[in-house]
Amino acid sequence: MTGGHDSAKGKLEAQGVTLRYDARTIAENLSVVIPDGSFTVIVGPNACGKSTLLRALSRLLVPSAGQVILDGKAIAGYPSKQVARTVGLLPQTSIAPDGITVADLVSRGRYPHQSFFRQWSQEDEVAVASAMAATQTTELSNRPVDELSGGQRQRVWVAMVLAQQTPILLLDEPTTFLDIAHQIELLNLCQDLNAAGRTIVAVLHDLNHACRYATNIIAMKDGTVIAEGPPAAIMTEKLVEDVFGLRCMIIEDPVSGTPLIVPKSGK
Amino acid sequence: MITQVVEQPGADPAGHPASVLPAAHRPCGASTSQLRLQRLALLALSAAILIVFCIISLLVGARPVAFSTAFDALFAYDPVSAEHIVIRDYRLPRTLLGLLCGAAFGVSGALIQVATRNPLADPGILGVNAGAAFFVTLAVGLFGFHAVSSHLWFAFLGAITVTLLVYAVGSRGRDGATPVRLVLSGVALSAVLGGIGSSITLLDPVAFDSLRLWSIGSLAGRNIDVVVTVAPFIIFGLVLSVCIAPSLNVVALGDDPSRALGANLVRTRILVVIAVTLLAGAATAAAGPIGFVGLMVPHVVRWLTGPDQRRIIPFTILCSPILLLAADITGRLVLFPGELEAGIVTAFIGAPVLVALARRTRASGI
Ligand SMILES: Nc1ncnc2c1ncn2[C@@H]1O[C@H](COP(=O)(O)OP(=O)(O)OP(=O)(O)O)[C@@H](O)[C@H]1O
Ligand SMILES: [Mg+2]
Repeated sequence: MTGGHDSAKGKLEAQGVTLRYDARTIAENLSVVIPDGSFTVIVGPNACGKSTLLRALSRLLVPSAGQVILDGKAIAGYPSKQVARTVGLLPQTSIAPDGITVADLVSRGRYPHQSFFRQWSQEDEVAVASAMAATQTTELSNRPVDELSGGQRQRVWVAMVLAQQTPILLLDEPTTFLDIAHQIELLNLCQDLNAAGRTIVAVLHDLNHACRYATNIIAMKDGTVIAEGPPAAIMTEKLVEDVFGLRCMIIEDPVSGTPLIVPKSGK
Repeated sequence: MITQVVEQPGADPAGHPASVLPAAHRPCGASTSQLRLQRLALLALSAAILIVFCIISLLVGARPVAFSTAFDALFAYDPVSAEHIVIRDYRLPRTLLGLLCGAAFGVSGALIQVATRNPLADPGILGVNAGAAFFVTLAVGLFGFHAVSSHLWFAFLGAITVTLLVYAVGSRGRDGATPVRLVLSGVALSAVLGGIGSSITLLDPVAFDSLRLWSIGSLAGRNIDVVVTVAPFIIFGLVLSVCIAPSLNVVALGDDPSRALGANLVRTRILVVIAVTLLAGAATAAAGPIGFVGLMVPHVVRWLTGPDQRRIIPFTILCSPILLLAADITGRLVLFPGELEAGIVTAFIGAPVLVALARRTRASGI
């Protein structure tokens, strides 16, 4: 299938996919490669199709044309639990069942690793415990999720996806609801996970976070990819104006040396 | 601001299995084993209460029987003893039916509530009751079957046919059988069938006395053949329900999260529909539509167990027959030596309990 592919290119990619909800077409003939081992950040204005792309990459949405390739094979051909052991997804919004405790919700992330004959194991317990420690939700473990603050809840959902222990993580706006410190904390965690060998794909709205943490940025607009590459290479004043219609100045981030976007006041 | 809760410096943020956390930091550590013990005790207690109610159900009635006589009737049967005949031919089938139908109503309620993500759903919204009643009406009105025994098969056939029809109507289109569509098509079909059914009954009210009795719901007057007929369906349905409990836990998280976790939504929904049809269909056919059990027991159980189907379903299997048998026994006592149908008593006992619990605690969702 992959034929002449460069193996460093990536094991998750969309090849010429058309994505639509019923009659509305969101993207046509869209091709995206997620480089293996990258920290890829997807940016773009509201409603441009970022979440839709993530849903296709995690085979929640079946493309009406083209296909999503995982490890050289069409993703549709895999058993669903095997996909869930490889690609984890944090949806943009999720609603926890009433009354469920944090520990219980996080443990449900272990579902793809379990089977009828292999229910709860030591490995599951360790995975859940480290996911909760990493997201600082350990001390919330016996609290009902619906009694938590928005930010605490978000970290619990992240913990659930981490407990899935997938080599590829798709995170749809993981930093929403988080205070500035927890945002940085979470992005640092993603960076650590990435350094430990996982491929991270995150949708972020904060371009400065994107530039600071991403190794690869995908800028989208109206269902198409406008630019793709390392932040320093692609983040220009023109790109921001093209994609977001916002005039800005780009300076060097004094801390990380990455591009820092400063919006100009007038239109 | 960022409290450093990770006290063991070696904790690997990447979440690799190598980093075994000290027991105190495990979410599933010491307190969990205590909880598990507590739950086992609760399960044993429910089983004990259920056994007590089974025994009372054998002893109580228009002709009260002593415990030793009941014991003899079961294990040293004397075919000329009137009391032994009462136990063997009336009380035993009735008690077994209470056990089976109770569990079936309860579990089908639990399943339909989690699958539709609606804590107030009952199997009726899939058209089970309407289908059963409609087919019994046809049997009586068009074919002149008046014996309750013949109603069993018509009711069961009706429940299955209409549920499948509801599923077929509800699953057309790209997204398949979403909970909302199932509920809508179930309610719509039930309304249509109910209307046609009532017009048939109006044509000849006297002929439908037996139907009216059936539609109240009761455990009385069913012989052991009824029990033997429905038992395999109900037992299969219960086993199936226990098997799909882990998938239901994931499906309860919502469509996107559960698909992302690798759950097979379509398969799980089909298995739920099969289990609900078998359970509610067989129980409704045998005892009539006693809907309240399936609505109430899973609710009460969720207050005890939290939203984990792997615990909710076993608890519901034990607790639902307790309610149904209690209702049946109460019905035998309140109008002594006459009887009040279990279907009526369930609502009388169930409604206040539900109201009281709802006032005490937050209503428990899925
Ligand atoms: N379930 C759905 N059914 C129909 N249309 C949808 C559905 N979900 C999204 N859309 C439409 O698809 C388009 C892209 O939505 P998508 O959620 O992918 O945007 P997004 O880039 O993630 O935006 P945001 O930044 O606001 O999250 C929007 O026009 C939206 O209205
Ligand atoms: Mg989005």
